[in-house]
Amino acid sequence: MSTIQLTARGRGARFGAGFAMFRNGKSIAGLSILAVFVIVAVFADQLAPFSPTQIDATARLQPPSGTHWLGTTHLGEDVLSQVIHGTRGVVVVGALTSLISMTIALVVGVLAGYLPGWRSEALSALANVFLVIPGIPILIIIASRFTNPPLWVVAAILGILGWGWGARVLRAQTMSLRNRDFVQAAKLNGEPLRRIIGVEMLPNLTALIASSFVGSVTAAILGLTTLSYIGVIPVNAYNWGTILNWASAQGAFTQNQWWWFLPPGLCIAAIGVALALLNFGIDEYINPRLRSAGELARAMRRQGLDTTAGVTAVRTDAGTDAEPEAEPDAVTPVGRAG
Amino acid sequence: MTTTSSPETDVVADGTTATRTTRARARIPWRFIGRRVAFYLFTLWAAITLNFFVPRLMKGDAVDSYLARNRGMSPEAADALRALLGLDSDRTLWQQYGDYLGMLARGDLGIAITHGLQPVGQVIANALPWTVGLIGLATVVSFLIGTVGGAVVGWRRGSRLDALIPVTTFLSTVPYFWIGLMAISVFSVTLGWFPIGKAYGIGTTPGLTFEFVGQVIKHGTLPLATIVVASLGGWMLGMRNMMLTVLDEDYVTVAQAKGMPTRRVLWRYAARNAVLPQIQSFALSIGFIVGGAIIVEQVFSYPGVGKMLLDATNAKDYALMQGGFLVIVLAVLVANILADVAYAVLDPRTRQSEA
Amino acid sequence: MSDPLLSVRDFSVRYETAAPVDAVRDVSLTVHRGEVLGLAGESGCGKTTLAYGVQRLLKPPAVIPGGSVTWHDADGTDTDLLALGTDAMMAFRWDKISMVFQGAMSALNPVATVGAQLADVFEVHRPAMSRRARTAAVVELLEIVKVGGARIKSYPHELSGGMRQRIMIAMALALRPQLVVMDEPTTALDVLVQREILREITSLREAFGFSVVFITHDLPLLLEISDRIAVMRAGQIVEIDTAEQIWFRPQHEYTRTLLSSFPRLTAERKVAR
Repeated sequence: MSTIQLTARGRGARFGAGFAMFRNGKSIAGLSILAVFVIVAVFADQLAPFSPTQIDATARLQPPSGTHWLGTTHLGEDVLSQVIHGTRGVVVVGALTSLISMTIALVVGVLAGYLPGWRSEALSALANVFLVIPGIPILIIIASRFTNPPLWVVAAILGILGWGWGARVLRAQTMSLRNRDFVQAAKLNGEPLRRIIGVEMLPNLTALIASSFVGSVTAAILGLTTLSYIGVIPVNAYNWGTILNWASAQGAFTQNQWWWFLPPGLCIAAIGVALALLNFGIDEYINPRLRSAGELARAMRRQGLDTTAGVTAVRTDAGTDAEPEAEPDAVTPVGRAG
Repeated sequence: MTTTSSPETDVVADGTTATRTTRARARIPWRFIGRRVAFYLFTLWAAITLNFFVPRLMKGDAVDSYLARNRGMSPEAADALRALLGLDSDRTLWQQYGDYLGMLARGDLGIAITHGLQPVGQVIANALPWTVGLIGLATVVSFLIGTVGGAVVGWRRGSRLDALIPVTTFLSTVPYFWIGLMAISVFSVTLGWFPIGKAYGIGTTPGLTFEFVGQVIKHGTLPLATIVVASLGGWMLGMRNMMLTVLDEDYVTVAQAKGMPTRRVLWRYAARNAVLPQIQSFALSIGFIVGGAIIVEQVFSYPGVGKMLLDATNAKDYALMQGGFLVIVLAVLVANILADVAYAVLDPRTRQSEA
Repeated sequence: MSDPLLSVRDFSVRYETAAPVDAVRDVSLTVHRGEVLGLAGESGCGKTTLAYGVQRLLKPPAVIPGGSVTWHDADGTDTDLLALGTDAMMAFRWDKISMVFQGAMSALNPVATVGAQLADVFEVHRPAMSRRARTAAVVELLEIVKVGGARIKSYPHELSGGMRQRIMIAMALALRPQLVVMDEPTTALDVLVQREILREITSLREAFGFSVVFITHDLPLLLEISDRIAVMRAGQIVEIDTAEQIWFRPQHEYTRTLLSSFPRLTAERKVAR
C-alpha cells in the first residue's frame, strides 16, 4: 500500500467523525444546560431584577416573595440577582482556567508523547509533580498573598496548577499513536514535525482533548467555588461560592434560611451535572463498549436472555419465550418439541 | 532447574522455547519502587523549594510589622522566623536556602504565632492524628465501596444497578463543602441526629475512655460520610469502566469454559485485573481528596491539619502555614508510596523488569 | 470404526441481533472415540461457533434454535447436552470435554500463577482433593507437557508463547477428558514450535487416548494429523470423509477449491505473464 494512500486514509476518515462525540443524547443534554448558564452570564445585567449590591433595609432575610423571587440576604440584597451575577464569575473563570490548563497540557503532553527518551520522561515527571502536590493547600497559600486578585489572576493560578492530569492522559495517547502506521508513513514521507503533530495526530486526539477539557472545567469551577467559600479568594465579583460564604457566616445553614443557600448550591450542582453528562457522552464515544454493553445487555434481557450466564440458551420454539430472567446464572427454560 | 536433555540436541524435541527456570526471582521489584521513590524525593524537594520561595516573592511587610509588635519572642525564635520567612536581608539567597534546609533537617519549623508561640511542629503533631484518622478512614472506605460496587455494576451490565453510576457521579461533581453543609443542615440542625462540629464534645477530656471514643465516633460520622459520599463516584465509575473492558478479555472466557463458578470468575479473574488501574489512579487522586478533606474539616470545625492551615492563613501566621503545607505534602507522598507498593505487590508484571 | 463419542444432529446456532444471523445451519456429524476429527474452513465459516456451540459456551445473543447433541460416555450412559441445566453443564465442562483456545497470549490470567490456574480446575471439579494432592497433580501435568514442575510459581508473562500453549494443553488435560477441542492451537506460533506442539499432542493422545476435534483453516496440517476431516462453509458441512479420501478424491467443489489454494512444493510452477 502506498504511503500516500495510508496518509490520506488516516486523515480523511477522522475529520468527519471529529464532532460525532457531541451528537449523542447525553452530550446534547449537557451542552444545553451549559448554554443556559452561558446565556445567563452574558446577559446578567439584563436578566437580574435588581443590582446585586442594592440594599433594601426594609426587607431583610425574607423568604421568596413576589418582588424577591429567591428572597433576600441579611442586608436585604436580592438573592436572585446575586445568583445571576454570580454566574458570570463562574463561567469566566471556568472557561479561562480550562483554556490555560488545556493549552499547557496539550503542548507538554503531546510533546512528551512524541519525543523519545529522557525528554519524554522529564516532561512526564514534571506533569506528575503538579499532579501529586495537593492543589488546594498550594492555592490557599498562594491566594492568601493577594489582597484582591482580579478574576484573570485567579484563573491563571488555577490553570497553571491544574494541567497535570490532561498532560498525562494526552502523553499516553500520543505515545500509542506514535507507533501507528499512518504516523510512520508521514515520517517516511518527510513531513515536518509540526505537520505530523498538527495534521496527523491532533484529529485523533480530539475526543481525548474534549474529555480532558470538560474535566478541567469541572475542576476549575469546583476549585473556584470552594476557595471562595472558605474566603481565601476575596473576590469582588460575585460568584456562587462567595454567596455561600456570606450565607454560612451569617448562620443561614443553622437557621434554615434555605432560600439563601440552596439556589447557589443547586446552581453548582446543575453545572456539575451538565459537565458530567457531557463527559459521559464523550466517554461513550471514545469507548463504544460503555454504551453498547449496557444497551446490548438491556436488549438481551428483553428477549429473556441473561448476559452473565455461562451457558448458551437453548430455544427450540422461537415463539414460546420464557419469562424474563432476573437472576444471573439461570438458563432459559427449553420448550421442546420432542 | 529442569531440563532433561540428551547429549545430542534434537532441535525440535528440545524446542526453541526456553526451558530453564530463573533462579530465585526477586520478589520485591526494587527497581520499580526505587524509581518511584526517586520521583517522590524530587517532588518533595520541589514542594520544599516552593515553600521557600513563596514568602519571598510576595509581600512580607505584614510579618515585619507583626514581629515588631511582638517583642515578647525569644531572640532564637525571632531568628528562626526571619530565616524561615526570608527577612534576613543580610544573607544571600543561597545562604538563606541553606539555613532553611538546615532548619527542616532539624525538624524546626519555626514558631506558631497564633498558638502561643508553641513550636510549629508541636501544633501540627496535635492536629495530625485527627486528620490522618478522618481522611485515612474515609479514603479506605470510599475506595472499597466504590471498587466493589463498580465491579458488581460492571459485571451486571444493563441491569438496574446501572443507575448507580450517574447518581454517584453527580455527587462527586458537587463540591465537598456543599455536601458537608447540606449534611449539617439536614442531619444536625433539622433532625438533630449528630452534633454540629468539632471532634468531641466540649468538656470531655481526651483519653481512652468509652465516653471519649463514643464522642469521637458521634462527631466524626458526618465528616466521614461527607468525604465518602463525595469521592465515591470517581471510584465506582472507573472500576465499572475497567470491568467492561476486562470482561471482553480471553481469560474470562477461558475461566467460564473451565467451569469456574460465577463468583470466582467475577472476583479472581475479572475484578482482580480491573482493580490495577484503579490503584494507579488512587495514587494520583490522593492530592485531590486531601484538598477536599481540608474543606470538610473547615465546615465541621474538625481540629485537623486542614483547619489548622486555614486558620493560620486567615490569621497570617506564616510559619504555621508553611509547616502545615509541608506536612500535608509529605502525607500525600507517603500515601502515594503506599499505593505504589500495593500496586507492585498486586501486579506481577512489574517484576518483569527485574529479571 | 470405533463407537461414537459425540453425536450432533441438525444442530444450529443463531445470533439474535437486530437482523438475526444463522451462524451454524443444520450440522450433523459424529465424533468417534479415539479419533482426530479435523474441522476446516475459511474464516467466518462457523467452525469455531460450532465447536463452542456444542459445549454451550456461546454468550448471548447466541441461541440454539434446534438440533440435538448427545454425549456417549465411556461408562455407557448417554447425555443430552442441550437439556442440561447451568450447574450440570458447568460440571460437565472440562470433565468430559475440554478446550484448548487459540491465542494463549491473553488466554491466561496475568495476575495469577500458572500453578494456581491449573489448580483451580481441581478445586472446582474435584473438591475432595487435598491441597497436597492438588499440587502433586499440577506438578505432574506440568511434567507431562514438558514445561517442568519448577514453573508452578511462574506468571504467564514470564513464559514464552510455546510454553504458554503447552500450559493451555495441560489445563485441558487436567481432568483426563474424553474429548479435547483444539481451536487453532498453533496458529500464533512459529513453525518449529508448531511442530513441537503437534508432536506433544500426538504423544499425549497415545498416552491418554482422548479424541480430538482440531479446528483450523490450515487444511494441509489437517491432512497430516487427522483421521477424518469435515469441511465447513457458511455454517454448513459441505464434505466429511477420511483424510485420504479428501486428499485423493474430494467430492465437493469447495473442497477442491480449498485444496488448490495452498501452494505446494512439488506443484508445477505457474509463470506469470
